[in-house]
Amino acid sequence: MQAVISVKNIFKIYKMGSQTLAALNDVSMDVMEGEYIAVMGSSGSGKSTFMNILGCLDVPTRGEYLFNGESVLNKSKIQLAHLRRDNIGFVFQSFNLLSRTTAFDNVELPLIYCNIPAAERKIKVEKALVSVGLKDRMNSLPNMLSGGQQQRVAIARAIVNNPKMILADEPTGNLDTRTSMEIIQIFQLLNDEGITIVMVTHEEDIAQSSKKRVVFRDGKMIKSEDTENRIIASEQLLLLPKLEEVIL
Amino acid sequence: MLIQSSVKVAFKALKKNRFRSFLTMLGIIIGVVSVIVMDAIGTGSSSDINTRISSLGTNLITISPVSARDRGVQMESGTGATLKKEDADVLLTEVPSIIYVSPLVRTNAQMKYGNRNWRSSISGVYADYFSIRDLEIENGAIFTINDEKNMAKVCVIGKTVATNLFGSNTNPVGSTIRVGTIPFLIIGVLISKGSSGMGEDQDNVILAPFSTVQNRMLGNDNIQQIYVSAKSEDVVNTAVSEIEKALRKRHQLLPSASNDFTTSTQLQVRETLNTVVNTITVLLSAVAAISLLVGGIGIMNIMLVSVTERTREIGIRMAVGATGIDVQFQLLLEAVVLSLLGGISGILLGLGTSYLVSSFAGFTTIVTIKSIIISFIVSTLIGIFFGWYPSRKAANLNPIDALRYE
Repeated sequence: MQAVISVKNIFKIYKMGSQTLAALNDVSMDVMEGEYIAVMGSSGSGKSTFMNILGCLDVPTRGEYLFNGESVLNKSKIQLAHLRRDNIGFVFQSFNLLSRTTAFDNVELPLIYCNIPAAERKIKVEKALVSVGLKDRMNSLPNMLSGGQQQRVAIARAIVNNPKMILADEPTGNLDTRTSMEIIQIFQLLNDEGITIVMVTHEEDIAQSSKKRVVFRDGKMIKSEDTENRIIASEQLLLLPKLEEVIL
Repeated sequence: MLIQSSVKVAFKALKKNRFRSFLTMLGIIIGVVSVIVMDAIGTGSSSDINTRISSLGTNLITISPVSARDRGVQMESGTGATLKKEDADVLLTEVPSIIYVSPLVRTNAQMKYGNRNWRSSISGVYADYFSIRDLEIENGAIFTINDEKNMAKVCVIGKTVATNLFGSNTNPVGSTIRVGTIPFLIIGVLISKGSSGMGEDQDNVILAPFSTVQNRMLGNDNIQQIYVSAKSEDVVNTAVSEIEKALRKRHQLLPSASNDFTTSTQLQVRETLNTVVNTITVLLSAVAAISLLVGGIGIMNIMLVSVTERTREIGIRMAVGATGIDVQFQLLLEAVVLSLLGGISGILLGLGTSYLVSSFAGFTTIVTIKSIIISFIVSTLIGIFFGWYPSRKAANLNPIDALRYE
């Protein structure tokens, strides 16, 4: 199996006045194709910095970063932008959809920067929305959608360009239990189809849905283990009470 | 990024806050309207002046005596005592570039016909004066050489005088009016010429033979003006030099002495008026340009606010693959759309305002294609220039920080 991402001995060092802060202190990790990794750790542990570097939004101060076998360190900002566009999908805790923009236009966004003709874009967008079950809400604005629906639109945006990897930052942080499971269900489905998923979370149940768990503390990765007793979302959903039942 | 989508996004962003976009455009709109209207008024006035002056005859040269000084106070033109009839006669023989010459004496007088009267001035001129000033007879005839020889008491009147003494329906030719104490037979009526570019009513004239007015009505041999018609517009300046030479010789002026007369040509008058109009137009356009500048600053200000407001959005776009260039291009386009919309609105409003000005204020306005094109180009450039800094700022945002922005 190919390592999608290979980071070797990366450091991220910030200089603030006279102080030097190592947000990442010698971290090495290989992310293989098809992995589903939960990244955990308290605030300031370095997990966000790690995710930013993974997502090519930031570059390590020291160390090697190979994406698909290619070094990322000497790439220009433009090349990094294209790399993100073609290979990585982002899902954020606060959804980060463009307001006053329809679901369709939101999902279309990565394709706009690909110079693909409109007809082709339409096909891809619809396919993505179908896979998250929101084709009928194509023309809705974000403020007309529930939290769960908004996050699904965000996921559709993340997969519209057939990326190799999805990076999710607390994707269920703003959602209730049931909706969170629905989102995880989609993630697990996408993972089964071959997309690599790296997800930051602080919730135990969510972390248990992954195949591998890593823990960060003080800039170092202190634990890396396969998930035991993995939770399958579709099964969980059957157990959780539906909203209508609760009201009764 | 495709231009089409960018334009779509630009318009959507502007529509998001219509009132704010409108206020931002206002500076540009006002500036462009000013440019178009000022230029239209200036061009219209120039055209008016040229038409009116042409109607006076561009070959015309006027010679006036140097104004008299009464105890240090300069009197109005024509009051000097340095020109005489003989000067006019000499010019005809000594200056080759001219074809017509007429001296002019003028005095105010009360005219009476029956129970009507009218106060105006009566001018004594040679018959050639009619050719020099392009005056045509509607009714009757002009005076002859014999009339001049005999100091005949005949006159030709203008339409305003005719209407005031005879009403609009009577033909004055053949009637006798009293000018001061002297009876004058009307032998002709001039075709109406309307008002001159300088506000005079050209139809408020009475013309009589020179000898008649000078000998029967005036007490001295000073003349107020000499009117000369050069052979063509091209030789006017040559004619002026020749006239100066001839008169200086006749007045026996030493080389060091200045002329004891002044010459003015219609060309000079036209040039002076055009210069005045142009200067005013330029000054007003400068004011308009300042307005455009302020409008541009307004655009830059709003774009900066916009960038700050949309920091998160820019972060999202960068995360999904927008490059700095994509972001800069999109924001620059928004600035240009803003300024261009303002420019086009200004052009259309300018056209309407020019029309209104000419209808209600009486100025002639001629909107020039040049002003429209310049407004268009300048609006675009303002958008690019004042949108550059904000769009650069957006392009340089760090996506990580931008995504975290509240």
